Amino acid sequence: MKELKVGCGKPTGGAVGEVSEGTTAARTAERKEGPMSMARVGGKAPDFEAPAYQDGKFGQIKLSDYLGKWVCLCFYPGDFTFV
Amino acid sequence: MAAVASKYNEIQALGVELLSMSVDSHFVHKMWQDHELSKMVKGGVPFPMLSDGGGRIGRIYGVYDENAGVDIRGRFVIDPDGVIQAMEMLSPPVGRNVNELIRQVQAFQHVRNTGGAEATPSGWEPGKPTLKPGPELVGKVWEEWKTDMAF
Repeated sequence: MKELKVGCGKPTGGAVGEVSEGTTAARTAERKEGPMSMARVGGKAPDFEAPAYQDGKFGQIKLSDYLGKWVCLCFYPGDFTFV
Repeated sequence: MAAVASKYNEIQALGVELLSMSVDSHFVHKMWQDHELSKMVKGGVPFPMLSDGGGRIGRIYGVYDENAGVDIRGRFVIDPDGVIQAMEMLSPPVGRNVNELIRQVQAFQHVRNTGGAEATPSGWEPGKPTLKPGPELVGKVWEEWKTDMAF
């Protein structure tokens, strides 16, 4: 896990290759590649990068760093929820 | 997540890397780990807990609920080529079955190890017979496989 520098700003994750709206890069990307592909069975898992917590440390996780391994990605509604 | 964590050794023995993700920040993940998860599972959750603030990742995985502002329970099995082999989505009040995750991973790994020459019928578990798809099997599945083998 790539170590993440802890600051006051809250970093967020996102899809790799995603660009914020309105920038020249965004407009160019839209023209060239069209909308980002959605996850589907039999398709490539969309790559992403996100901040993470593990073993007392904060870090940055990128899905494509796990190529060559089986991965189980589990989303859940929220910390401190009941189920 | 605690249930998944309690089966971590079994899942890791299959060579599967676990990643969990919610819209909570990684700071809140730490608090949840310190104050609750560590009391449910010895040592707490051992795998990375990722933060999807804003649900930007959940959106492309089709699990982000715009009204609630959360990622619903979604589970994706991704093979070593980065291809999604299985997905499951549940609404918040119903939890997942970790044993079913393990069974599916074993089945996908078996199929991959045979280079696709074998397929696992309904309810397959390691040790149960598989099917070998081909011209000879067409119309003959009833001879090879009975419904009670699914249970």
